[in-house]
Amino acid sequence: MNATVGAAIDRAKSQGRAALIGYLPVGFPTVAASVEAAAALIEGGCDIVELGLPYSDPVMDGPVIAQAVTAALAGGVRVDDTFRAVRELSPLGAPLLVMTYYNPVLRRGVERFAGQLAEAGGAGLITPDLIPDEADEWLAASDQHGLDRVFLVAPSSSDERLALTAKACRGFTYATSTMGVTGVRSQLADSARVLVERTRAAGAQRVCVGVGVSNPQQAATVAGFADGVIVGSAFVKLLVAAPNAAAARRDLSGLAGELAAATRG
Amino acid sequence: MQDSQLAADPAGPGADPGGPQPGPYFGPYGGRYVPEALIAALDQLAAAYREAQADPAFQAELNRLLTVYAGRPTQLTPVPRFAEQAGGATIYLKREDLAHTGSHKINNVLGQALLTKRLGKPRVIAETGAGQHGVATATAAALMGLECVVYMGEEDTQRQALNVARMRLLGAEVVAVKEGSRTLKDAINEALRDWVTNVETTNYVFGTAAGPHPFPALVRDFQSVIGREARQQVLAAAGRLPDAVAACVGGGSNAIGIFAGFLADAAVRLYGFEAGGDGVETGRHAASLTGGSLGALHGAKTYLLQDDDGQTIESHSISAGLDYPGVGPQHSFLKDTGRAIYRPITDTQAMDAFQLLTRTEGIMPAIESAHALAGAIQLGRELGPDGLIVVSLSGRGDKDVETAARWFGL
Repeated sequence: MNATVGAAIDRAKSQGRAALIGYLPVGFPTVAASVEAAAALIEGGCDIVELGLPYSDPVMDGPVIAQAVTAALAGGVRVDDTFRAVRELSPLGAPLLVMTYYNPVLRRGVERFAGQLAEAGGAGLITPDLIPDEADEWLAASDQHGLDRVFLVAPSSSDERLALTAKACRGFTYATSTMGVTGVRSQLADSARVLVERTRAAGAQRVCVGVGVSNPQQAATVAGFADGVIVGSAFVKLLVAAPNAAAARRDLSGLAGELAAATRG
Repeated sequence: MQDSQLAADPAGPGADPGGPQPGPYFGPYGGRYVPEALIAALDQLAAAYREAQADPAFQAELNRLLTVYAGRPTQLTPVPRFAEQAGGATIYLKREDLAHTGSHKINNVLGQALLTKRLGKPRVIAETGAGQHGVATATAAALMGLECVVYMGEEDTQRQALNVARMRLLGAEVVAVKEGSRTLKDAINEALRDWVTNVETTNYVFGTAAGPHPFPALVRDFQSVIGREARQQVLAAAGRLPDAVAACVGGGSNAIGIFAGFLADAAVRLYGFEAGGDGVETGRHAASLTGGSLGALHGAKTYLLQDDDGQTIESHSISAGLDYPGVGPQHSFLKDTGRAIYRPITDTQAMDAFQLLTRTEGIMPAIESAHALAGAIQLGRELGPDGLIVVSLSGRGDKDVETAARWFGL
């Protein structure tokens, strides 16, 4: 059984803090460098790492992540590189979730994809364009292979849909803080707290907040009401700006450390 | 999934397995593969549409606009001089090029703009490839006092500069999308991102019978006026149903619109002509049904052009309006059931047909529609002099004059 995200979140909770979940896309700037960068997130204090599987049509992503992913694809990154990254990072002990749009999973075959992810040591999938209503195959395959499955909820979700989604999730439910795509925002929307409360009331065991969380202050705020804090674009921005691999490692680990400290409240 | 079932098309026969279906699925195709943030809006749109279908006032207003504003019914024109080159078959063109704004796109946007008013939203967004849907949306927005933003791939803004100017003159904001292949697929991605962000104030006026439910059914229903009129007109003109109906297929809205009128007529063969670009065997084409495979793109399970990893492959066509790597899910279903037949037409075949119609009949088609004309030439030769064919002439060629002049070296 691979490390599960639920256990990692519960461990953070037992330490009186929210879990920190860091995102980076595989293959940016190269596959090897992205593995090193993800290792730096873990080293800096991320409890869980979310590895983005590059996709040609990332409709849930803002310009920072979309451009990194486009560059990764231009560099020739393949789906198998994500499994490779999972395999190389899994000895570090942090649960590894793969964030992927649905078509690469569908193309490989849902059952086969799930088997390969489990075999590589992955914990599960975050699926931004797959709603539980359409996910029968993935629900079955994730049960079969003991994988976590993280679906998203949004401020626009009805109470009925929150309940449906919370029930389908295993690991945590991903609450998008605001209506919009991934990206750095100066203000954290009040809608995040309301959505977390509504999602819990709908039956979710653990709720983590992402989209628009980028600095320690926002992380501290989110840690006050959610089980986990998800940061993506802020890490990708650092990676884009870093002049070399050593600087990237240092900067990513540094931000992860600051964010992790902030989640202790 | 409550609130997501549309009533069956009241104009359709319902029982035909290839016939009008409410969605969200067409056999294994369709569905809603979109971020959860959009589900509430899709449910709201589906519910508003279902109510509008049952509301005589909505239908009366739409029919009034289609008549006094869009110029419907459009004519059914015989083209005997063109048909001489097509085995001597009898060919009629369903003249969507004569509709206001110059293509069939107006049929759909008038319906969707009225739905936007019904939803109480002040802003519409749209994607556009050739610019025809963008122009039509900007037109409806001007007519109904809606704010309008149109997303268009940067490459398309260059090859369809005239339509960019038209949209701006109509008061729309045109955003040139610089991501990915900088064509229609990327314009849809950007429009979806806008919609996820601004869904409370904004309705997405989707231009083709693709995308997440309810768009494939909703756009088909608004475009089915083409087929309803064409069926009546060909019966009046020729005294019988046609042997074949031909239309070009990119996303497939004009095709599904004219097919809708004939789906229940089992003896009428339905042909969709895709953009074969340089030839399907070269890999540089946009023939998703001929050269693609099952996947999920832009919210629907459907045939699409993709590599082994499920990455979308960039499509190629001389026609910006057909330059799309996916296709509407009902077409995928009609292909699998065999109710419709899909064939590729190369750039060269399309441009030959463009020139032939222009020179023999004095009608300059859109390059998109020229694919259907090239298909009709093939069908006419197969059917011979007794054959009767109706072709959807989905748009006029004014926007393509520069491309055509370059092609023919004028």
